[in-house]
Amino acid sequence: MTKIDIINRVAEQTGLPKQDADTAIETIIALVKDTLSRDEPVILRRFGSFQTRAKNPRVGRNPKTGEEAEISARTVVRFKAGKHFKQSVNNENPA
Amino acid sequence: MTKSEMAEKLAEKINIKKQQAEDIINIFTNSIIEALARGDKVEIRGFGSFRVRNRAEKEGRNPKTGEKVHVPAKKVPFFKTGKDFRETVDHKDEGGAQA
Repeated sequence: MTKIDIINRVAEQTGLPKQDADTAIETIIALVKDTLSRDEPVILRRFGSFQTRAKNPRVGRNPKTGEEAEISARTVVRFKAGKHFKQSVNNENPA
Repeated sequence: MTKSEMAEKLAEKINIKKQQAEDIINIFTNSIIEALARGDKVEIRGFGSFRVRNRAEKEGRNPKTGEKVHVPAKKVPFFKTGKDFRETVDHKDEGGAQA
């Protein structure tokens, strides 16, 4: 599934023109990105939460050559699925 | 940012009612949940991809009692951050992020 499938579904279910559904989805994605880039979490109940995490620098290894390489400190995005989402992928939700 | 705050911002930015904005957010998240529940994956360019990861069964331990417990195999939703999103979050101090 790609963004287009989601846009089609938004258009179908809301009656909005596809162009507007596209703008809406793009705006949601931009809001998530902008919020995380300020290191603020995005918490969507039933779905899950996006949060940034600071990673310390560490020494890694190139798996091909075995050579050691310094991996610099960085900020990464972590998504934690909500209970409903986790249950859904394990087919534990009634209908 | 909560769903309600996101709905307010979305409504304001694209000039729709807050209730409709909330409906759209729900369609977005439900589409992803349903795709993964049927074993599909979701790829959103510039944002990232959602897929299901299989966790093998294992013998765990109750951290309180030390008792052995069997943890059955299960599936977990996994989000892999897209390149653009990763760079926006990591390089925010270098002037790369948009307001």
